[in-house]
Amino acid sequence: MSETNLSSERAAYLLQRRRKARKVIVLRVLVLVVFLAQWEITARAGVVDAFIVSTPSRVLRTLAGLYRSGDLWMHLGASCMETIVGFLFGTLLGILIAVLLWWSETLSRVLDPYLVVLNALPKTALGPIFIVWIGAGTSSIIAMTIAISLFVTILNMYVAFCGTDREKLRLMQTLGASKWQTLHTLVIPGNYSALFNTLRVNVGLAWVGVIMGEFLVSKAGLGYLIVYGSQVFNMDLVMASVLLLAAAAVVMYQAVLLLERAVKRRMGVN
Amino acid sequence: MRIELKNISMTYQSPEGEVEALRDVSFDVEDGSFVTIVGPSGCGKSTLLSIIAGLEQPTSGEILFDGQTLSKPSEKIGLMPQRDQLFEWRTIWRNVLLGPEIRGENTPRRQAEVGRLLAQYALTGFAKKPPSQLSGGMRQRCALIRTLAVEPEVLLLDEPFSALDYQTRLAVSADISGIIRKTHKTALLVTHDISEAISMSDQIVVLSHRPGEVRNIHTLDSFRGVGAMERRGLSAFQELFREIWGELDVNV
Repeated sequence: MSETNLSSERAAYLLQRRRKARKVIVLRVLVLVVFLAQWEITARAGVVDAFIVSTPSRVLRTLAGLYRSGDLWMHLGASCMETIVGFLFGTLLGILIAVLLWWSETLSRVLDPYLVVLNALPKTALGPIFIVWIGAGTSSIIAMTIAISLFVTILNMYVAFCGTDREKLRLMQTLGASKWQTLHTLVIPGNYSALFNTLRVNVGLAWVGVIMGEFLVSKAGLGYLIVYGSQVFNMDLVMASVLLLAAAAVVMYQAVLLLERAVKRRMGVN
Repeated sequence: MRIELKNISMTYQSPEGEVEALRDVSFDVEDGSFVTIVGPSGCGKSTLLSIIAGLEQPTSGEILFDGQTLSKPSEKIGLMPQRDQLFEWRTIWRNVLLGPEIRGENTPRRQAEVGRLLAQYALTGFAKKPPSQLSGGMRQRCALIRTLAVEPEVLLLDEPFSALDYQTRLAVSADISGIIRKTHKTALLVTHDISEAISMSDQIVVLSHRPGEVRNIHTLDSFRGVGAMERRGLSAFQELFREIWGELDVNV
């Protein structure tokens, strides 16, 4: 909306807002610059040991080296693939099971204590079991990732499905809707907010699962680089890998947000 | 369609015990008339509507529609639920066609009919919009069109205006009752608002506290042919209000 005839108060208000926003951005950049500068300077001056904490310039050089040797894309690709596969399977399977629980009250009541226990259990404890059962490889890492996001997805989505507005359900009943029609015209689309919350949470959880899995199995990937780097005391490699991990995680999180915005725009809701 | 309620009683079972919601409720609804059920909150008004809609089976008693019993939710009945219950994730067009879609009757003929209803109530321009962009009154009209879209013979209105603010509520109830009268359909409204009941109905059934029993049945012959808004100005309106208020026996 463009305003052509601004009152002086309005103009002053808008100017102040713009100034404030600019100030925040400047300060944000400043924090990063100061942090990196003190890191580089204190390490070079010998205040802290560059061998232990690395330096921004060494991290950059390491990244360049990884890029030139082609290892960067190999490790990044491996971790991203595992994350995406684990995320998709964990989320879809979780939603599917939540639908089954919603469908059958008996099933949900029978399985309730088991779900509570499995949800409370730290899933990382299952890592070694997966390795014994399905081998020390990518499939164990993906299993780990699925285990970490599955149960919380089931519980959250089941609670959301059960919270569907009773009056809307009554409306569907008077229209003579079958359970299947109620599911796909009301229960699933009606809980889009919970669905996107789950997606957002699961992206983060999938990365936790992948890195945990790679710590345990370690053949390729960012988790492998971190463990390997720490074992040979190559902190440049560890720091570079953490940086890559942060970037990849942010990109995926933003992708989910973009998807959410696109779907909501298509649905006409905000 | 003529509806006869014969000795309807309803008792709910729960782990905590039995709750008697309705006791021996009987009254008739003439074909094409507008009947309102008023009663204090928790008197089983909504239960009664659910029973008439076929969503729940009464513990005893029966309901006859043109002399016949129905058990399952009938295709001849359309419900206008509490608040408008439009689906926020659907456009107005897909909202009003919900009924035909569920019943597998989403034919071009039905779509044309629904399109005509939207045009009649000045909503054509909003067909592609989400419900959030409509005012409370327009949303109620959409909810009514959604109900009419399945071509019911009986309309059940379960406190449809309860979420609206006072002014909107007056305007919308007058608007909706006007539309319903023009369709000549049998309508049953449930409300706790005595003024709303008097302004809209041909007949008012007063229910008591739980368990709901019929306290009295008022036939509003002196209001016949008078619009909902105009009724509120008549002296008979005040008299009837006081009478029903006394029957409701409200204690705070």
